[in-house]
Amino acid sequence: MAKQSEYGLLIDYEYCTGCFTCQIACAQEYGWEPGMGGIRVQEIVQNLPKDKAYLTYLPFPTELCVLCKPRTKKGLKPACVTHCMSGCMTYGTIDELTEKLKEKPRQVLWAPK
Amino acid sequence: MGKTETKIVRTTSWSAGPGCHGGCGLMAHIKDGKLVKIEGDPDHPWNQGRLCARVLAMTQYADHKDRLRKPLKRVGERGEGKWEEISWDEAFDLIEKKMDTIRKDFGPESMVFAAGTGRDIYPWICMLAYAFDSPNVMFALTGNACYGPRLAAVDTVQGDYSVFDAGQWFPDRYDNPNFEVPECMIIWGYNIHATCPDNLFGHWITDLMKKGTKIINIDPRLSWFASRSKHWLQLRPGTDAALAMGFHHVIISEKLYDTEFLTKWTNGHHLVRKDTERTLRESDLTGSGSKENYVAWDPDASEPVVWDTTEVAFRKIDVTPMLSGECEVTLADGCKVACYTVWDAFKAEVNKYPLAEVEKITGVPAKDIAAAARFYAKSKPAAIHWGVAVDMTPALTPLVQAITCLWALTGNLDVPGGNVTARLAFDVAPYALPGSKGAIRLKSEKLDETRIGKDRYMPMNKFYWRSQTDLTFDQIFTEDPYPIKGLWLQTAGVMQGLGMDPKRWREALKKLDFVVAVDIFHTPTTQYADVVLPTGTFLEKDSFRSWWVPLQSINKAMSTPDCKSDAEINFELARRFDKEFKFENLHELFDNILEPSGLTFKQLQEQGWAFPPEGSTSCPYRRHERGLLRGDKKPGFRTPTGLFELWATLREDWDTEPLPHHEEPPFTPVSRPDLAEKYPLILSTGRRSPAFFHSEHRNIPWLRDIDPDPIVEIHPKTARAHDIGHGEWIWIENWMGRARLKAKLTPVVPKWMIMAAHGWWFPEKKAAEPSLFGAWESNINMLIPMGHQGKDGMGAPIKHSMCKIYKCTPGEEVSHG
Repeated sequence: MAKQSEYGLLIDYEYCTGCFTCQIACAQEYGWEPGMGGIRVQEIVQNLPKDKAYLTYLPFPTELCVLCKPRTKKGLKPACVTHCMSGCMTYGTIDELTEKLKEKPRQVLWAPK
Repeated sequence: MGKTETKIVRTTSWSAGPGCHGGCGLMAHIKDGKLVKIEGDPDHPWNQGRLCARVLAMTQYADHKDRLRKPLKRVGERGEGKWEEISWDEAFDLIEKKMDTIRKDFGPESMVFAAGTGRDIYPWICMLAYAFDSPNVMFALTGNACYGPRLAAVDTVQGDYSVFDAGQWFPDRYDNPNFEVPECMIIWGYNIHATCPDNLFGHWITDLMKKGTKIINIDPRLSWFASRSKHWLQLRPGTDAALAMGFHHVIISEKLYDTEFLTKWTNGHHLVRKDTERTLRESDLTGSGSKENYVAWDPDASEPVVWDTTEVAFRKIDVTPMLSGECEVTLADGCKVACYTVWDAFKAEVNKYPLAEVEKITGVPAKDIAAAARFYAKSKPAAIHWGVAVDMTPALTPLVQAITCLWALTGNLDVPGGNVTARLAFDVAPYALPGSKGAIRLKSEKLDETRIGKDRYMPMNKFYWRSQTDLTFDQIFTEDPYPIKGLWLQTAGVMQGLGMDPKRWREALKKLDFVVAVDIFHTPTTQYADVVLPTGTFLEKDSFRSWWVPLQSINKAMSTPDCKSDAEINFELARRFDKEFKFENLHELFDNILEPSGLTFKQLQEQGWAFPPEGSTSCPYRRHERGLLRGDKKPGFRTPTGLFELWATLREDWDTEPLPHHEEPPFTPVSRPDLAEKYPLILSTGRRSPAFFHSEHRNIPWLRDIDPDPIVEIHPKTARAHDIGHGEWIWIENWMGRARLKAKLTPVVPKWMIMAAHGWWFPEKKAAEPSLFGAWESNINMLIPMGHQGKDGMGAPIKHSMCKIYKCTPGEEVSHG
């Protein structure tokens, strides 16, 4: 079995505002064709009882995300994390991020293949 | 070896390019003269390394294949799309000759200089217009309905503008010891995180939310903030003033206002004559008294006491004037008149808005209004931040008064975490505001006399030095009182986003003798120009930004051959038109404008940005208490009374209503039930996209991928009733015409309203008429009229009209006007 990545992304989707910065930061970094990229922002409209709704955005790391190895090797944060307008993404080791996950609800932890 | 070095240039973003109101610090990576990458500047206090999608897409923008790269001269008919490339010298000579002819034959005022928003443009378009001696600089949106009207309305009652506090005044921002986190923030008519120009400010609010700020959101549409707000008030568009008055009703009846601010800093105790419903002036009391001085009632001595506006004080020491009650005053002619106080007049106006009535007008349940108003008033500190929805209604001034009075009466004006007075950094005024002594201004007051709308609309006379757009537009057709022969368009996409009723705009453009467009790409608008000049992005210019703080430099990072910055283009022509123009080069002009900061442009460039120090007029807080707002250094405000004016004395002088109130807008189911039968849905327009700045960016592949089609949001139940499916193309139609948009079924809009995106054209389609880049297909402005500006020339019904919707039949043609 392939070794689990030591690093990952912690995404606080409560604070993702859907600004699409991460998507374009990734496109700029790697020159992706439109429609491709390491992260894609999804809009999720949840219907709630009594005719109510709730709006959430989720930056979804795709098959193409390499956790910005070329950047992190140089001591930089991944392009999406650096530029995220609401500061809702954290890069770190899975262990560090797991600890952070315990501190706040409405977050997802992601690791690349 | 042999590799070219990558040069990193630190600069500040401000359109053109990203489409914004600017201010973010970044590093441009330039290799072989080309932009290869942009990174946020982590040391910049404004954005701390963050950047929006549009700035990060600049590599696709700066080197775009379709950029205009040579000046163009029209060779076919207007709209035919036939051009000849010419040199800059030829272009400047041609423009000089044509505009000089207009000036000689019809006068300088016959040339109008039109701008839009978002680009570092107003100083440079004013520089050109004023060098030409024309006062007619026009913001080409109906009712001038974006931001300027709010500024003018707030200036009327407060003398200065205020914005929410996110510690932006200090290099250490949220860590500054004087800063406080607002306990509550009202976000009013503003989908601010996603909005094109103010995306960053929206994320300052998310910063504050993480620090504990709770949100009240006022918006008919479920925004991200609405989802996360403590109170979401889903009002009917155009009823904001009624809602604000409802807030006042709760705050006053439950005595939640700040008594100290009310008694010390407002004109609440000034007397109003019951016979004339005008404020009592010293000139009413004695023949020799000044009309500029006001009167209160001293209950201890049972006599009037004069409020001296020169001294910003009562004529008597230790007087406690009556705040509430009636009195009888003897006038100079011996007559007696009954008077009451401004505060009582204000309360009487508010009493017209009991919550049951406000619920009826706005559609917001009374209990929700009460809960939100209480929460706002009890939170200390609390701030309000408002969006363009406030301007996009004709009766914007009384609405702005109502909201402004909220932050004043709750004691949140210029306090940490409240609504903080936002002066230009170091008072560096880049262009001629009224009273300004800056380098860029009309040569004489006399030249301003022909400014269109100046005589008719007093806020525009005093505070908002532009021509009134709708009157200017009409005057192109009527030529009354004088003909308009030429139009200079710079950042003004009147055919694809900025102009309402674009088919009529086309007629206007076709009627003119001479039209120049300055742009980065061809657009539907440039098709009607005689000369098109290629300008540069923010990366290709030197400039600066003094709007709020800090003072920042914009530094040229690269050049595009044969493109010039807006400032360079206008500077060259200003020198040609004004033989006395005293600056040799742009940097010399910048140095002159920057003088109040004590920095030269070069020094500012080296420093990057500069914050005004404590004790200066552009550094908070509580400046009205410290004598930092007025020219005479006395405590108080820059208003006629020297006080915050609950009763706007200027509006009284202008014969407009002095108190805040609600007016039903022109095209709503309430004001036009006849139209509602045929057009049962409320049409709201202009929901923002994180990918686009108004009509810009449809040709930037990464950004278009985010928002590929012109979208209209429809509630699923409404769509079902019209047999419309998700992703289907539909017609939106009213008495003005129709536009074809793609249906997005979503419960973020109420069932009774649809929200149509604005600014749509298709750069991938043919430029020449009749296609005109698909300009007649989806531009929602085809359904919005010109000429319905508010009573004081500002505000227009852009966010609330009426329509019907139906499915498109395949193969249907659009009408090309």
